[in-house]
Amino acid sequence: MATRRGSFLEGVRAVAPVLVGIVPFGLVAGAAAVEVGLSGAQAVGLSVVVFAGASQLAAIELLGAEAPLAVVVATALVINLRMLMYSASIAPYLRGLSTRWRAGLAYLLTDQAYALSVTRFGADGAVRRRWYYLGVAAPLWAVWQLCTVAGVVVGARVPDSLPLSFAVPLTFLALLLPAVTDRAGAVAAVVGGAGATLGADLPLNLGLIAGAVAGVAAGVAVESGGDR
Amino acid sequence: MTAATEVWAVVVAVGVGTFCIRVSFIYLFEYVSEVPDGLERALRLVPPAVLSALVVPAVVVVDGSPALSLDNGRLLAAAAAAVVAWRTENILATIVVGMAVLLGLQLVV
Repeated sequence: MATRRGSFLEGVRAVAPVLVGIVPFGLVAGAAAVEVGLSGAQAVGLSVVVFAGASQLAAIELLGAEAPLAVVVATALVINLRMLMYSASIAPYLRGLSTRWRAGLAYLLTDQAYALSVTRFGADGAVRRRWYYLGVAAPLWAVWQLCTVAGVVVGARVPDSLPLSFAVPLTFLALLLPAVTDRAGAVAAVVGGAGATLGADLPLNLGLIAGAVAGVAAGVAVESGGDR
Repeated sequence: MTAATEVWAVVVAVGVGTFCIRVSFIYLFEYVSEVPDGLERALRLVPPAVLSALVVPAVVVVDGSPALSLDNGRLLAAAAAAVVAWRTENILATIVVGMAVLLGLQLVV
């Protein structure tokens, strides 16, 4: 059986290269908030309390445009609806944990923590799941907060030509290939990617959700068709 | 600019709502003794579907519309990265190669 420490460190090692990709977003999350008139405390408060980049940027933009508060909240929450899928997908792996652990791990749930953890949990080899998850999620949290503070203090000065943000899709690309293990998974991936691309124009990140749901549905259809 | 208390109200409301979304199924699954077979199979398909939905638009879509020409450096960079991901299953190597190709193309063009 893997040790707690070993599993935690395995998570840290897995997430280390991924941290690069969230640096520019964290800086922007801090700098954009201050730019539209939020205080430094409010900017960091958003990162600590919400801890979900895309929804933070949307909320900042709408607050700056003096949108009705209900619109700001609803927009941010719709953007985060994709995490319902992550929660459902990772829940079977986290059964049996105390309420406190589940609440803590849920707070730390992000695209990256979900993708890395669910990939590892589905692979062979013993691992202490909660410790691996924590090893992945805690550095993501810490880097996000540090970058937000840096963005508040110095502004976002990442040169546009440096494609650091491209590290984010590359991370998911590296995890996508091992995630496709059979024909149903391949169909889910193809339909999910195509659907999200066709829906890229949709507001509120809805293309991502629509594409992923269509992908899962297509995969299920292929799987049950193969049973006959 | 929106008043300070209103900003904090938004921060708290979005934070609480986002937490509820995150914890939803992680909490509920504890009260289901057996996950239905069909649901479990559907959930196994979430990673390939959602990862692809995260990757493909980020590579293909430029300025709001799909760009499937070689002018889109991200396509070549992602293709090179995909080969590395497939051969090595190593995240660091995938990121390094993908970024290096993209940077290289930007320098050349």
